[in-house]
Amino acid sequence: MGQKPYIMAEAGLQFFGKISASISHEIKNVLAIINENAGLLDDFTLMAAKGMAINPDRLKTMAVKVMEQIGRADGIIKNMNKFAHSADDPIKGINLADTLELIRSLSGRFASMRGITLAPVHHANPTAVTTMPFFLENIIWLCLDFAMDTAGAGKTVGLACEETKDGARIKFSRLEALGEKTVDMFPTETEKALLDVLKAEVLIDLEAGEIILNLPKNIEA
Amino acid sequence: MRVLLVDDESELVSALAERLSFRGIEADWSSKCYDALTQMERKKYDLAVLDMKMPKMNGIELKKKMQEKFPDMKFIFMTGHGSEDNYRAGSAEAGADYFLVKPVDIDTLVEKMNEVLHK
Repeated sequence: MGQKPYIMAEAGLQFFGKISASISHEIKNVLAIINENAGLLDDFTLMAAKGMAINPDRLKTMAVKVMEQIGRADGIIKNMNKFAHSADDPIKGINLADTLELIRSLSGRFASMRGITLAPVHHANPTAVTTMPFFLENIIWLCLDFAMDTAGAGKTVGLACEETKDGARIKFSRLEALGEKTVDMFPTETEKALLDVLKAEVLIDLEAGEIILNLPKNIEA
Repeated sequence: MRVLLVDDESELVSALAERLSFRGIEADWSSKCYDALTQMERKKYDLAVLDMKMPKMNGIELKKKMQEKFPDMKFIFMTGHGSEDNYRAGSAEAGADYFLVKPVDIDTLVEKMNEVLHK
């Protein structure tokens, strides 16, 4: 047996671990904000018991902040749920724009830590492909990770997907710093193994500053 | 006691600062590392409570920059990361005086602030 299954298993676990750790960190932050607002409410209650007047607008502000954080946590958990279920079916029909948007959302904290903005996903129409959803998410994440490294702090990475004659493609753009040197580092053996199993290819357009991920319409065809 | 709280989650540090002020602690906050450094130029702080993971500059780097200008300043780190042991070791290595995991208990924070400043 070749090394490919091991490389892919390792890449998959690393991907799952990184995303899970990032989600847990975000949820911890949400809980910390709710904790401080509950604490403030408790402080105000103690002050009220001592005869101090409480401004109702202040209480309203705290209630709104807690509700906002609950909405934020709900969004994080919905994405976590979608991500976890992407390993349910080895092969499945998906909308590429939805998958790209999911990875964009899951990568938000990684981007923010690097001082990078991820542009909204640009797509004209739903782009349906039949593929291996978890492996696809993994390769999108690896391409995006490399794109963010290449872009550098203060930059915006563009994301787009579209149908092609025989499948679909994802573009990671606005990568002005792409050069011969950086291209030597990508794709690595890990990305190559994923591309192979997905029957996909990565092209790098130095002039346009783009990484292009080409996918077949149907991996089973 | 004058304290500067720095965390990219502004909703967290603003509420924490208010709660500390109710406990007689003069607390200012910042959600950006570079703003925190500017704030320090205007006011002298005894202690900083820093999030370990922040955009552009992590808590350890920020502590180094703060300490270059104010060598006597004390530091408490906090993190939302689950891997407490790694961060406890990392923050100790970086010279933090104490380390807390989010969500932070206000009474523990105040107790540790007093301990750190009086040790």
